[in-house]
Amino acid sequence: MTAVELHDTKLAAEKLFQRKRIIGFGIPAVIAVYLTYIFFAFDLPGLAERANLDNAVTLASDSWSHKVHVTRDNRSGEITYAVEGERKGTYPDGMRPAWVSGDEVTTIDLGGDHFVRYLPDNRTEIDIPGFPLITAQAEGRLVTTNLPDDLPDWISATDRRVGITTPEGRITLTGARTEVFNYFPGWELFWFTLDSPYHGQGLGTILFGEQLDPNRGNIAGAVSDWWNNAMWRHKDVAWAIGETVLMAFLGTMGGAIIALPLAFLAAKRFSPVMLLRAATRRLFDFVRGVDALIWTVVLARAFGPGPLTGALAILITDTGTFGKIFSEALENVDQKQIEGVSSTGAKPLQRYRFGVIPQVVPVLLAQILYFLESNTRSATIIGAITGGGIGLMLTQAIQTQKDWEEVAYYIILIIAMVMFMDWFSGWLRGKLIGRKD
Amino acid sequence: MTGISLSSAAPSVDSIQTAYMAQVHRRRLYGGLTLLIFVILMVSGFNVADERNAGGFWEGLHQIGDYPADVLSEAWEKRADLPALIVKYFPALVETINIAAVSTLIGAIGGLFLSLLGTRGLAKWPRLIPLFRRISDIMRAVPEIVIALVLIFVLGGGPVPAMIAIAIHTAGALAKLFSEVSENTDLKAVEGLSSTGATWSQRMLLGVLPQVAPNYVSYTLLRFEINIRASAILGFVGAGGLGYELRNSMAWGPGRFDEAAAIFILLFGTIVFFDQVSSRYRNRLTEGQGQ
Repeated sequence: MTAVELHDTKLAAEKLFQRKRIIGFGIPAVIAVYLTYIFFAFDLPGLAERANLDNAVTLASDSWSHKVHVTRDNRSGEITYAVEGERKGTYPDGMRPAWVSGDEVTTIDLGGDHFVRYLPDNRTEIDIPGFPLITAQAEGRLVTTNLPDDLPDWISATDRRVGITTPEGRITLTGARTEVFNYFPGWELFWFTLDSPYHGQGLGTILFGEQLDPNRGNIAGAVSDWWNNAMWRHKDVAWAIGETVLMAFLGTMGGAIIALPLAFLAAKRFSPVMLLRAATRRLFDFVRGVDALIWTVVLARAFGPGPLTGALAILITDTGTFGKIFSEALENVDQKQIEGVSSTGAKPLQRYRFGVIPQVVPVLLAQILYFLESNTRSATIIGAITGGGIGLMLTQAIQTQKDWEEVAYYIILIIAMVMFMDWFSGWLRGKLIGRKD
Repeated sequence: MTGISLSSAAPSVDSIQTAYMAQVHRRRLYGGLTLLIFVILMVSGFNVADERNAGGFWEGLHQIGDYPADVLSEAWEKRADLPALIVKYFPALVETINIAAVSTLIGAIGGLFLSLLGTRGLAKWPRLIPLFRRISDIMRAVPEIVIALVLIFVLGGGPVPAMIAIAIHTAGALAKLFSEVSENTDLKAVEGLSSTGATWSQRMLLGVLPQVAPNYVSYTLLRFEINIRASAILGFVGAGGLGYELRNSMAWGPGRFDEAAAIFILLFGTIVFFDQVSSRYRNRLTEGQGQ
């Protein structure tokens, strides 16, 4: 190696180092600049104002607890007890929670020495430790209280409405009604609603105890009451999850069935006509590019909301994706096996059947099963748009902004469903084409 | 001698053949049964879906073209306005792309850490490998819409909930793909670095990342394609960007179909454009690695 060559090599090496150094500093710098731009483009400083932390607190506490409403209608004097204030969760006549006592004066024990007493003539007494006894009187549309002018921040009071929030529960008083919300951990009425004879019975009593309902056997009755639970709607939820999985299944499998023959048309090796090949490929690109969102919108106009629309949207998009993947797999087929099969005198169709299909099937199956899992997630989202499946139930539950424990329940079910499909498709892949790892 | 050996060989060939044929028959039977079950599942599944749909499949089939035809004809009538509309909705498109890009970036960084911490041989705390794997499994299993809807409730509408939701899912999905790559890394470089007293981050940065970078970048680009679609869809449930505009213009119905058409064109063009660009770069990256 001469001195000149050495010099050139050294120069080249230095240039390379310099370039690497620029890249090494440049990429983080570009990322930092971009993130700064996003910081202002997405208005992150303004987000703090828009964010509603009360909503977050409600969400966090409501998702694992429930509240029981004790409501006195100040016009009729009638007192109702209802879980989450829903008609479906109302205690039947003559039944009330154990922490409510008294006939003339109804005493509500919120726990922690907090008491609320509903007195006759729409009067209310609220006994909170470390605070003077609060008395209130509802008259017409007004509420008069003995509250001082200087109020702690857990009490808000006007002459129309008084709201008191304690760690043990919440009390609101208006002219029309007086309400107490008592909070408890857990998902109440998850198994049976209050009108079911099985409510409050242990598992042992239902399985082995005496017959609770004269008309039905214990187990059959309990299963039926649980299945038809009006609060938690287990039947509807199960159907919704079934619909979502069905959308994913029909869409994936249908897409694969349609894409397979088309993929042969798009693969160079099997389709000698250039024009046909190009046309098929453009078709794949088109249906993939239009995207499931637009297909959902278009198909919902023709078929109306429901699982079929979602399944067809997934099917059409996946036909494009599968077509592309399959035709790539077909182009990479090993020619030797086909030659071997044709040396035995096989006809073209037999050559495909025994020379090509065995080579591509593992690739295709692996892709199909992978998409089955990922489409379960897509089906949840598409369901929220087109109106079907668990995605719709979740959207509705969030939009009503009332029952966060139901939202939590749906979220857990969705995650469990996706993880199950993930496990199932992996298991099936292992069974069908053998495990790699 | 020869006679004896022949007669002893003949039955064994026969028995091999019958055994083989029996095996073939059994395989065909199983194959046929699987196919039958599959066909039954497809047909009954289709019928159930058809029944639970608001409109039937066969009644709706001939109407498929109606809506696109309406949109296209109206857009064609007002074709002079189309460029102006495309300019009008361009900021929304930029927002959609930004959501996808930021969430891919954050998700890729998160996925990188999750995968390095969850791979045997590379993990900083080997005892916590199962924990990090479960975390990435759960992040992957949560559909974007779940997090997006909850965050829209807390943070209000806009791009941020969608960005966080997609980033979380991306981190989980990429962590799985990344750890499949990093499991196959050559540990010699890492060992060499640790012999010089390199810290964990130095070992990862200098020993592992150069080996896996082409594959990581390729997976990240693929994820970016997917995330553009996801961010458009999340816009439809109120997270800003092009999807949000699409929903609004659809709610207006006929008379505003030119706006819907403009959004369709923008969305389609964007998806196709980024698909082409990213597949070209991905091919270059993976080919470069093979050489």
